[in-house]
Amino acid sequence: MMPRTIIEKIWDQHIVKHGEGKPDLLYIDLHLIHEVTSPQAFEGLRQKGRKVRRPQNTFATMDHNIPTVNRFEIKDEVAKRQVTALERNCEEFGVRLADLHSVDQGIVHVVGPELGLTLPGKTIVCGDSHTSTHGAFGALAFGIGTSEVEHVLSTQTLWQQRPKTLEVRVDGTLQKGVTAKDVILAVIGKYGVKFGTGYVIEYTGEVFRNMTMDERMTVCNMSIEAGARAGLIAPDEVTFEYCKNRKYTPKGEEFDKAVEEWKALRTDPGAVYDKSIVLDGNKISPMVTWGINPGMVLPVDSEVPAPESFSAEDDKKEAIRAYEYMGLTPHQKIEDIKVEHVFIGSCTNSRMTDLRQAADMIKGKKVADSVRAIVVPGSQSVKLQAEKEGLDQIFLEAGFEWRESGCSMCLSMNNDVVPEGERCASTSNRNFEGRQGKGARTHLVSPAMAAMAAIHGHFVDVRKFYQEKTVV
Amino acid sequence: MEPLKSHTGKAAVLNRINVDTDQIIPKQFLKRIERTGYGRFAFFDWRYDANGEPNPEFELNQPVYQGASILIAGENFGCGSSREHAPWALDDYGFKIIIAPSFADIFHQNCFKNGMLPIRMPYDNWKQLVGQYENKSLQMTVDLEKQLIHDSEGNQISFEVDPHWKEMLINGYDEISLTLLLEDDIKQFESQRSSWLQA
Repeated sequence: MMPRTIIEKIWDQHIVKHGEGKPDLLYIDLHLIHEVTSPQAFEGLRQKGRKVRRPQNTFATMDHNIPTVNRFEIKDEVAKRQVTALERNCEEFGVRLADLHSVDQGIVHVVGPELGLTLPGKTIVCGDSHTSTHGAFGALAFGIGTSEVEHVLSTQTLWQQRPKTLEVRVDGTLQKGVTAKDVILAVIGKYGVKFGTGYVIEYTGEVFRNMTMDERMTVCNMSIEAGARAGLIAPDEVTFEYCKNRKYTPKGEEFDKAVEEWKALRTDPGAVYDKSIVLDGNKISPMVTWGINPGMVLPVDSEVPAPESFSAEDDKKEAIRAYEYMGLTPHQKIEDIKVEHVFIGSCTNSRMTDLRQAADMIKGKKVADSVRAIVVPGSQSVKLQAEKEGLDQIFLEAGFEWRESGCSMCLSMNNDVVPEGERCASTSNRNFEGRQGKGARTHLVSPAMAAMAAIHGHFVDVRKFYQEKTVV
Repeated sequence: MEPLKSHTGKAAVLNRINVDTDQIIPKQFLKRIERTGYGRFAFFDWRYDANGEPNPEFELNQPVYQGASILIAGENFGCGSSREHAPWALDDYGFKIIIAPSFADIFHQNCFKNGMLPIRMPYDNWKQLVGQYENKSLQMTVDLEKQLIHDSEGNQISFEVDPHWKEMLINGYDEISLTLLLEDDIKQFESQRSSWLQA
């Protein structure tokens, strides 16, 4: 047999029907659902008198528009209707739901892995582009639209065009203070927001091997920001250890059997990717976005670029739009940019590793008077664990707000909004115009960088924190 | 689904790169549980000023583009979120065809599922179209069967389209109904899965 990449292996294992000159019909192992992109799909089933084919492969939670304070009081009537619709749909069609009363509730991409629903080798879909997160386990996971949600609900399959394969290799050792978020931002900064279009990414190299599962999820999460629907990391002992003994993970002999299968999920020597790119991990700095898409990103110790630095006319035009929207001027030092808001949360950075990194930075310090800072744990389970470790107290004593789990200020569908013209250091994934509120200015950073910005009121190179520590 | 064989309409140009789905339909309009009625919210933050009046600076608000049903957009159109509300909003606004040098994958797929045709066009050909249609009130015909765009001024340009989606659009097939015919194949596949996946 020809050597194959892990991407091709998982793909081939899931072909129900090979389409000659057509897309393949792929089997879907896990379908995750939330309140925003599913109501129209369930309505479609109802209209046609169709059923959910495999409720046991389907799991729902609510995350996008729920409040993070007084979570049971959804004041927005339209949002409330959406939450009620999910409850009704899950009950009518027999789908498991982790609602606001459940200890399993949280951001869909945080709870899937926590509950052991996300496992290596699975095909996983959800009506949400950040489904790529689950690729961290060596699963083929991608976002779909609502029509496809309906298709999966009724058939447990999807017609998909075989993707091209792209290797993103990062070797070396990260500097102290440089995190998974900085790695993925550096990749997107170098290659742009569409280099992954039409591809599935496999992240390879020492840097990813040395990451925790939380960190791998951060990387895979932002594959979509590079244009790739999916990005994955081949599973290893770190993955197996994480999956063991989770609520829905197979147990005992079944687990051992699964691990044996998972061990084969790696790219064969000699397999060829359609494209490969390589980055030196030693040279990656803490990153800060300055513009209106995640590709407009720079090391914290640099300056906002000048329009002349863009060779393509379209890029220059976009940069000029970005200065205006972001209220920045060319050559302004990134470290001089002041922020009024700090948001630590989202499916990119709201897990234990993220909260621990942020808490490390702020222990015994105070949030600057000019800053409002909030921490939104990714799930109820993260919230409880963080409280057990006393992280909530570290945040609260520093002046952060400690909230209930949800998507919150990543897309500001609930009341967690950044006011017009104000600036936010955010650990989320998109700095698009209006993403955190109309006219809100978003700078994407790692949890450690966000925490430092909260303390100082402006961006600070987190590497300085470690230098100071060494001197003392 | 309504079959789409050929479409004639006015073309409008939105020459910006990386137009994301947050711009096409901002999140405050994703709370509804209906599939229709999103057209009035399309490009909301660009389209209206602080007083809710049409923003004269926004390209699609130009009088020459009113009533357009073909959108000539920039590179990487529809990037970002998977929200199908984006094609729903464009469709409801009146756009049936979108022509761009490149599209984001999920958005591209979502268009087909709604009977809309996204056409990927080589950059130079696209640039030529922009030149012909920018700031003008001009009709074009997009003939999907012949894979040809032409207008009354004698301009003609061919385009590529995935044969699978061409067939689906021309016949207006319902994808789920077709897949349900493969029930036996799906059952057969399910019977061969590893036991740990059956749980």
